[in-house]
Amino acid sequence: MGKPQYHTDIVRSFINWSILWGVVAVLVGVIASLQMVNPDLNYPPYFTFGRLRPLHTNAAIYGWGVGTIFAMFLYMVQRLCKTPLWSIGLARFQLWLFNIVIIASAITLLLGYSSTLEYHEMEWPIDIMIVVLWVAFSINIIMTIIKRKEEQMYISLWYMMAAIIGVAILFTVNGLAVPVSAFKSYSIFAGTNSANVQWWFGHNAVAMVLTAPPLAMFYYFLPKSTGVPIYSHRLSIIAFWSLIFMYLWTGAHHLLWTPVPDWVQTLAMAFSIMLIAPSWGAVINGYLSMNGQWHQMRSNYLVKFLILGITFYGLQTLQGPMQAIRTFSAFIHYTDWVPGHVHMGAMGWVSLVSMAGIYYLLPRIYGREVYSVALANLQFWLVVIGQLIWSTSMWIAGVLQAGMWNAMNADGSLTYTFTETMVEMYPYWWIRTGGGIIYLIGILLFVYNIYMTVQKGKEPAPQLLEVEGRA
Amino acid sequence: MWEKKPILLMILATAAILTGTIVTMVLPFFWVNTEADRIEYVTPYTPLEQEGRDIYMREGCNNCHTQTVRPLVAEVLRYGDYSKSGEFVYDRPFLWGSKRTGSDLARLGGKYPDAWHYQHMADPRSIFPRTNMPAYGWLSDNPLNPDMIRRKMRVLGFPYTEEQIDELASKNEMDAIIAYMQKLGNDIPWRQTARTEIVGELRNPYPDPDQATLESWQPLYQSNCSACHGANMEGGIGPELVGDVYDEETLFRLIYDGIPENGMPAYANLGSDRVWQLVNLIKHHQPNGN
Repeated sequence: MGKPQYHTDIVRSFINWSILWGVVAVLVGVIASLQMVNPDLNYPPYFTFGRLRPLHTNAAIYGWGVGTIFAMFLYMVQRLCKTPLWSIGLARFQLWLFNIVIIASAITLLLGYSSTLEYHEMEWPIDIMIVVLWVAFSINIIMTIIKRKEEQMYISLWYMMAAIIGVAILFTVNGLAVPVSAFKSYSIFAGTNSANVQWWFGHNAVAMVLTAPPLAMFYYFLPKSTGVPIYSHRLSIIAFWSLIFMYLWTGAHHLLWTPVPDWVQTLAMAFSIMLIAPSWGAVINGYLSMNGQWHQMRSNYLVKFLILGITFYGLQTLQGPMQAIRTFSAFIHYTDWVPGHVHMGAMGWVSLVSMAGIYYLLPRIYGREVYSVALANLQFWLVVIGQLIWSTSMWIAGVLQAGMWNAMNADGSLTYTFTETMVEMYPYWWIRTGGGIIYLIGILLFVYNIYMTVQKGKEPAPQLLEVEGRA
Repeated sequence: MWEKKPILLMILATAAILTGTIVTMVLPFFWVNTEADRIEYVTPYTPLEQEGRDIYMREGCNNCHTQTVRPLVAEVLRYGDYSKSGEFVYDRPFLWGSKRTGSDLARLGGKYPDAWHYQHMADPRSIFPRTNMPAYGWLSDNPLNPDMIRRKMRVLGFPYTEEQIDELASKNEMDAIIAYMQKLGNDIPWRQTARTEIVGELRNPYPDPDQATLESWQPLYQSNCSACHGANMEGGIGPELVGDVYDEETLFRLIYDGIPENGMPAYANLGSDRVWQLVNLIKHHQPNGN
């Protein structure tokens, strides 16, 4: 029986585009951070903070995040099923539509066509394009799984299927709206309902886009990189089911102390705490898979990206539940602490695992060994340090501002006006921009390293390509 | 078993995902926006206000401003009465936001006079010298599209008159967004109910402050009053401040309770001590020089 002919060109294309959108996302993020310290950098009407920030978040989540997920899923599904993609034509259509969606989103967001729903700002025509895109992707993945040559479905495939279903439900329901024109619609949900639906979506988009798919990648690339299997399949099964069951209850932890019914908030708080267990199930599974392999943290740069990635995931899933507690939320919600939290997940967890996956794929999709491991190591330190500066400065700023918001005089009046608390943020915002620039340099090194790999990388060792068929 | 059956696995995963969804996302529909949380004072947006809301959305104001006051002491002191579900029934979608780079706007309506908003939107730093709020003066150059706004009102099912639509022709986007901001949180009479009744005798705790003490209170005036009454009390959006027009007690009440019908905000949240400092600053102010 010959080796199946896997499609790698489509994987390569998705990687190239997702990296481009990733650079755009980080660059726009740095620009938006500068607008926060200098309002003269707002250039109305198109380049104000209010319009650039959604461009930053959506380029990061959909361009970089989902683009990489598409690439990795299309790669992994073939290997794990030991069969080529069900339809390469559909995958090519998906690539075109993906880029059209991202470009159309960027343009319309700058033009101010916004639903204001966070991470779902694009107006209804683009929503429809995204649904078509997701359906095309889903059919291809599911059909490939159904036609698989390997009977057992590895845990990564489970996460893929859950993500496919989850995103489809979340995105469609939250986007329901009545159009007024091609560029304007009104949500079918009003007020408190609209808030509750949005954060059911918002939080579970984090579950189904920024948790399940990177976990699928982690469970695939860690054993591939270390050469030893995952510690416990059983643990991964328990963590999988409890994760996808519990996540959906927690959206209202974004809405603590708001008019959303109290019992919904309490359920969200309780399930958020419970979520520590499945989240750390994955973290512990990752760590224990390193038993006897910890020396690879020194010798294998891929392992370094993956283990730091899962470590940030572990920290993220401890900090998140902490923030979901009413008393803690009362203090830090609405401050800069929150972006500090989000960026640990985005810049730490998701991006580090994605970068590891891309480095792993280089010889397999470009037929070239990575140009420079030294550069990859330098990039590793730049993105980790950049991210730590970013998040730490915002946590400190958030605690400081929350303290000032709550400070009271002896007569029971507030000590500070709002503006007096805001101007105290400027030094921290500058530090944050510094962290963002360090991170951006790391990303540019990444691009350079990949470019040089394509141009000058060595031919990979033949045995590397030999084992390709193995899952 | 499901490890070999993808369809079964997907059905089970869907069930897992839908359980929490139904309980926490679908069930609340039976409580929220029903008779139970209806507030009779809350009215739909007028065409001008709704258009202002759409401009607020277009400019992404929600990226920096929240619109929910939480039932927490410091928050109610700073912004006003906590937000109630029934206040948002006409909001499609909600604009509660998630980050306060700027202040919460849920109770902004009626806090400042229109003139304050026109100046603040065009030149935010003329009022808050170190704020990072972008300037939005350019909104004044953009006319409104009455036909589109009529269509929006129909889709939303909000009542409107043709006169209201006709009036839009002479308005611009700045008028609209300010009309919207003046409605925010102002449907319910929270200012009247939250107003603290001053009881007992009012006595100036600083009968004869020296010049140095007065100087030390200047920043209080500059950060709360100067934007409207001028850096030197010469007036601007608000009138010139002259020390001998009112007696101390009246001045105290004017600052503490505000003059809602004239656009003067209440400054009770400064606390009585600081309001007395302001009273003394005004009383001892010499129009030319100090």
